[in-house]
Amino acid sequence: MSSVESKSNPKGSGVRRFAESAGIRRKFRQEAMVKWLLAGATGMMLVPLILIIAYLVFKALPILSVGFLLDNPVKGMREGGVWAPFVGTMYLIVISLAIAAPIGVLAAVYLNEYAREGWFTRIINLAVINLAGVPSIVHALFGLGAFVLFAGLGRSVLAASLTLAIMTLPVIIASTKEALASVPMSFRQACWNVGATRWQTIRHIVLPNSISGILTGIILQVSRAAGETAPIMFTGAVFFKKVQQGDMFPYGLLDQCMALSMHLFTISTQVPGVPMELPYGTAVVLLATVLLVNICSIVLRVYLRSRKKW
Amino acid sequence: MSNPDTYCIKTTGLNLWYGDFQALKDINLKIRQGIITSLIGPSGCGKTTLLRCFNRINERYGNVKTTGSTLILDEDIYTPEVSLIELRKSVGMVFQRPNPLPISVYENVLFGLKIHGATESQEKSTRDEIVEKALREVFLWNELKDKLHRRATDLQLDQQQKLCIARLLPLKPEVILMDEPCSALDSEATRGIEELMLGLIPKYTIVIVTHNMAQARRVSHECIFMLMGELIEHSPTDQLFLTPRDERTADYIEGRYG
Ligand SMILES: Nc1ncnc2c1ncn2[C@@H]1O[C@H](COP(=O)(O)OP(=O)(O)O)[C@@H](O)[C@H]1O
Ligand SMILES: [Mg+2]
Repeated sequence: MSSVESKSNPKGSGVRRFAESAGIRRKFRQEAMVKWLLAGATGMMLVPLILIIAYLVFKALPILSVGFLLDNPVKGMREGGVWAPFVGTMYLIVISLAIAAPIGVLAAVYLNEYAREGWFTRIINLAVINLAGVPSIVHALFGLGAFVLFAGLGRSVLAASLTLAIMTLPVIIASTKEALASVPMSFRQACWNVGATRWQTIRHIVLPNSISGILTGIILQVSRAAGETAPIMFTGAVFFKKVQQGDMFPYGLLDQCMALSMHLFTISTQVPGVPMELPYGTAVVLLATVLLVNICSIVLRVYLRSRKKW
Repeated sequence: MSNPDTYCIKTTGLNLWYGDFQALKDINLKIRQGIITSLIGPSGCGKTTLLRCFNRINERYGNVKTTGSTLILDEDIYTPEVSLIELRKSVGMVFQRPNPLPISVYENVLFGLKIHGATESQEKSTRDEIVEKALREVFLWNELKDKLHRRATDLQLDQQQKLCIARLLPLKPEVILMDEPCSALDSEATRGIEELMLGLIPKYTIVIVTHNMAQARRVSHECIFMLMGELIEHSPTDQLFLTPRDERTADYIEGRYG
């Protein structure tokens, strides 16, 4: 207890009642220290991020141009641009997301809104959490066995996308469930009590109020799908594939494709004599792709929120 | 509409289990139409559970088993032919914490109708009329007529609670169930809600759970005392408070259960 809180003044009439005691000063010092510690941690997170981006862009500067994006790799990948791998990555992102996002969101809605608490749902929830933590190389081997060999898709865009979808699905389910669970129960009660079915409740109240959380979870998985090398290396991505310059749709579903992450790995470790700025340029394009998708999602979120009803 | 001799809600041998735990034990009651009946009893005695039986919302709360019969206006509501949607239109519920939906005041009032697909064919003027009528019935119209398109969750707490009552009215309910509707409100707001309730009868039948015995005495015509899942006493309010028939009722109203 500090003296400020005591009712009578124990120090006699001459002493000021509201003076700062040593204890209070200590608390203030503590408060200031904690604040700086937390701010420092934030700074430590920010500094490397800025340094990485600055370093990459600086190193890639000599080669960055529109041409670098639109040209194909040439001369054994020692010159040219990144068009073929860039389009390949786009393919993989879009197709894997088109598979994983709807299934993930629907499954999460089922688990959060319909499924009764019981051993079955508990096992599923446990499985979802554990699958979300499985390393990508394991997903790669599964994809190889299940899609490439067993399903007979061969190494293809489709097999690689399915593998990425399997990899991102549990995380999408987990994050969507979390977003749904953050909608207060009282909103649901209000709906049920005017006779709304579960689906009406979800459609009119739960989804509109959780959509930005759901989208955030999905978008984070885009970065993962774009960045992983292992799952696509075994299942559909190749070192090199010849593509018409500027061709927007160079790959069929059952073709193999190039991809940025794989390309980056190849030119920085497998091909001798690649000029330094080429891998850095590729990294910048990869980063920009992820950033672009993130910005799209922010715009979509703001738009959905401004519409409120949908 | 009201006839003191018609009963709006009747239960016979109503039992309810949450898993293995029996929350309601052999409840037999008859609640008169067009009056306010209050449910009192120590917390955990099953008041909320009993209330939820009347619109079968218990079934949304997990592993619940019910036996016995519950009749609303002489129709058994636990038969397979009963449409839960129609039932919940007729038997609306108001909660302890006001729960307006995070949409505008106007949309809140019309939400029930919208859910049942009734607003699509209506003219805007008809909808405006419905909203005005409902808000007038809960004494909110004058306060809110210029704020109809404000988000309902930004209103004051007592306005929110009145709005939650107003939200039920366009569905033309028979019964309005209120689960401690004033426990989040100050005494002045509580008065407001009580006044509103007295204005809603005899058009609607009201069942209110309250832990505030003064409130039970002020607003209710009949009073039901429950204890550990059992119905102990059901009498006219004055009689229950002045000359309780059961010793346990007397103990409770004298504050001996806390
Ligand atoms: N969904 C539920 N699952 C399991 N037990 C419950 C549930 N709801 C209430 N109960 C139990 O049923 C008893 C009665 O609860 P309730 O009807 O909420 O009492 P009251 O409203 O009178 O305080 C309590 O013992 C409570 O723990
Ligand atoms: Mg209760």
